[in-house]
Amino acid sequence: MSANSIVDRVAIVGMGCTPFGEHWGKDTSDLLLDASQGALASAGIDLDEVDAFWFGTFASGFSGLTLSQPLKIDHRPVTRMENMCATGSETLRNAAYAVASGAYDVAMAIGVEKLKDSGMSGLAAAQPPGDGTAATISAPASFSLLSPAYQQKYGVDDKLMKDVLTHIAWKNHQNGAKNPLAQFRQQVSKEAICASPLVAGSLGIYDCSGVADGSAAAIVVRAEDAHRYTDRPIYIKALSLAAGPGTGPTDPDYDYTTFTEVVRSAECAYRQAGVIDPRTELGFAEVHDCFTPTELVLMEDLGFAARGTAWKQVLDGAFDLDGDLPINPDGGLKSFGHPIGASGLRMLYECWLQLRGEAQARQIDNGRTLALTQNLGGRPGACVSFVGIVGSELSA
Amino acid sequence: MVGIQSYGTYLPRFRLDRAAISSALGTTGGKGTRAVASHDEDSVSLGVEAARQVVEESTQIDRVLFVTASPPYAEKTNATIVHAALGLSTAASAYDMVGSVRSGIAAVQSAIDGAYRGRRTLVVSADVRSGLPGSADESQGGDAASALVIGPGSGVAEIIGTASSSAEFLDRWRLPGELEAHTWEERFGEEVYLPLAVQAVTDVLAGARVGINEVAHIVVSGLNARANKKLGARLEVRPEKLAPDLASTVGNSGCAHQGLLLAGVLEQALPGELILLISLADGADALLLKATAALPAYRARRPARPVRPLNVSYADFLTWRGVLRRQPPRRPDPNPPAPPAAARAAEWKFGFSGSQCTLCGYRHLPPSRKCQSCGAIDHMTPQPVAHIPARIAAFTIDRLTYSLNPPVVLAIVDFDGGGRFQCEMTDVDPQTIAVGDRVEMTFRRLNTARSIHNYFWKVRPLDAATSGEED
Repeated sequence: MSANSIVDRVAIVGMGCTPFGEHWGKDTSDLLLDASQGALASAGIDLDEVDAFWFGTFASGFSGLTLSQPLKIDHRPVTRMENMCATGSETLRNAAYAVASGAYDVAMAIGVEKLKDSGMSGLAAAQPPGDGTAATISAPASFSLLSPAYQQKYGVDDKLMKDVLTHIAWKNHQNGAKNPLAQFRQQVSKEAICASPLVAGSLGIYDCSGVADGSAAAIVVRAEDAHRYTDRPIYIKALSLAAGPGTGPTDPDYDYTTFTEVVRSAECAYRQAGVIDPRTELGFAEVHDCFTPTELVLMEDLGFAARGTAWKQVLDGAFDLDGDLPINPDGGLKSFGHPIGASGLRMLYECWLQLRGEAQARQIDNGRTLALTQNLGGRPGACVSFVGIVGSELSA
Repeated sequence: MVGIQSYGTYLPRFRLDRAAISSALGTTGGKGTRAVASHDEDSVSLGVEAARQVVEESTQIDRVLFVTASPPYAEKTNATIVHAALGLSTAASAYDMVGSVRSGIAAVQSAIDGAYRGRRTLVVSADVRSGLPGSADESQGGDAASALVIGPGSGVAEIIGTASSSAEFLDRWRLPGELEAHTWEERFGEEVYLPLAVQAVTDVLAGARVGINEVAHIVVSGLNARANKKLGARLEVRPEKLAPDLASTVGNSGCAHQGLLLAGVLEQALPGELILLISLADGADALLLKATAALPAYRARRPARPVRPLNVSYADFLTWRGVLRRQPPRRPDPNPPAPPAAARAAEWKFGFSGSQCTLCGYRHLPPSRKCQSCGAIDHMTPQPVAHIPARIAAFTIDRLTYSLNPPVVLAIVDFDGGGRFQCEMTDVDPQTIAVGDRVEMTFRRLNTARSIHNYFWKVRPLDAATSGEED
């Protein structure tokens, strides 16, 4: 996989993020206006100063008009993007490359999702017309396949696995409780997590991410211009995306203990950023914890733990807020909520706050200046994966 | 010389205990069980399963006749679905004979006529029997399918002769769209049926120059239970010659029943024995057959499969039948298949035929133009896999996805000889599934949306298969 590095050529100079949750009183337009205004204010610029927009939503609207109408954008390019749950990260990747190319000086990446108007439990995406043979299986059921596969491969029994997954949910709720923008802002006891009603396989309600409305936005400029807007920009070190061949569901050799798309996109990102040992070089990471076993498997796919060892490190607290490598300090999809088109930018928003020392109660202070975001769209065996790395310092 | 070339039956896995009906409705009585089509079965899917027992890849079929009084579609032919599921050539015709229960014997008569003109006809008869809660039809009916291939040559049972008598009278009737049939007093039907039956039997025996005492097995099939019961005495035959009617286990399966009972006899008959099949439906039809020397070998080649029924509660039975509407979850309604997409994918969707790479042998389910192993493009041959067993590589229970029989079970299976597929698992108690379990494909109706039935394949435990040999 090859992608030329644009390390330190693009900076993020402003971000906005709405609270995530059940916004019965706000529609898609309101959320977009709130997030974009937040980002513009943060960068200290007006809308007219933005040359182009990359706007992501999974299913809350079509075309650039969904953004340009509520913002009253004055005849600028607005690209509407969709890459399933990785949509938000895609807006950043494309906006950053546009700025790096020199085509635009200032770009906005913005994502939104309005899920709660569907009235459905969980996600309910409209599918294109088909022959009716695709298995209609829910997202939690697909991801629930990870647990028994991991257990079998590494000899983790049911009780131990339940403890591991419970720890992940508990940890993300602990973190979310410290986050004023999160959907679920209360701690949840391990007993309550353990006892939650089953949704799919061994996964209970508390193993699933929150279904939320929300929006997040970033202002992207060339790195050399960054200090015109802020004293503390964050710099893009790597942007990587991998769409897999989607052969997992039809490949007898696929064993449901890894996302090859994540492995490959991570390798590419580390190469771009010059990261050798992510476990010690990254200050923290925001990963796609759509379901608790996803976060477990991601620890190994991203190289944070050796194969077959992540479960133990989870239990040891290595990925807790005060651990060796904090994961999802903002609460993750689990407790911050998962408005699909916005989630990738929400991950970036936590990097923005943490690397600028603005994360308050959940501020991580381990002296490291790099952070990673990992965003997944699809299902085990057939998905797209984004890995991005940002840092508060320019490389020497 | 023409005859039955092969025969097969299919019973759904579920049984409803009749006592559960009386218990729920506060009535008395109710002995035995009835066969119940699962929530994902209808007369077409039942028929496909029976037809799969008799049609192999090498079987030449010129014509498919699909018979039911409970057709999933009107206006559109149901037989073409059976035809597609069997992967038959487009040159084989497919026709429905749907509506009345008498269509069952009509199709057999038509197939015999065709056989004399050199044609091999597959007669597939299936019914899903229902009635109002508490009715005799509800408790005494049963869901089943039977299939016969009739063609030139004596086969396993030679057709010695046929005879028929017809009359217009209202013994049983139903308006299109009604769930329940209406019947007049049973004794009235008995009065009308018995003389008609005697006439048909007399005619067929006279034509063959045999006496009733030379007949070894007598099958009586019809929906007037009283007429069925009295006919043996009227014909003055020894009761042990009468084939078991499966009333206590399966119930009366309407159009499918004569084939079901005949199959039961053919499982026992000795070469040379005469078999008399009598159908009582708006008249009487009599069919005289002689078991041939080929029958024992046919039986040996196709051993009856073990029956391991699952119990269904009365509440679930009513729900599956659409009588009891239950609160659905907050989940989207299913999308119907798009007709052009379904037509393009017909070999896959109906025939469960994948593709195999001619360069490296990799098997793709669904068919793929590009090989996922060696990357070759358009080097594929069709690979039917519906008949190939598989084993469970992984599975999960989905409590979120809507089903009339929750929870949904998703199975990831590896076929013998290659090919992985993930699909729903049916006819199974979720508590009993284990990785490594053997499964086989079964043709099902996944759902119905916007007046389109979505048929496709699922897996079921290999030991769930049932045939008509329960009594």
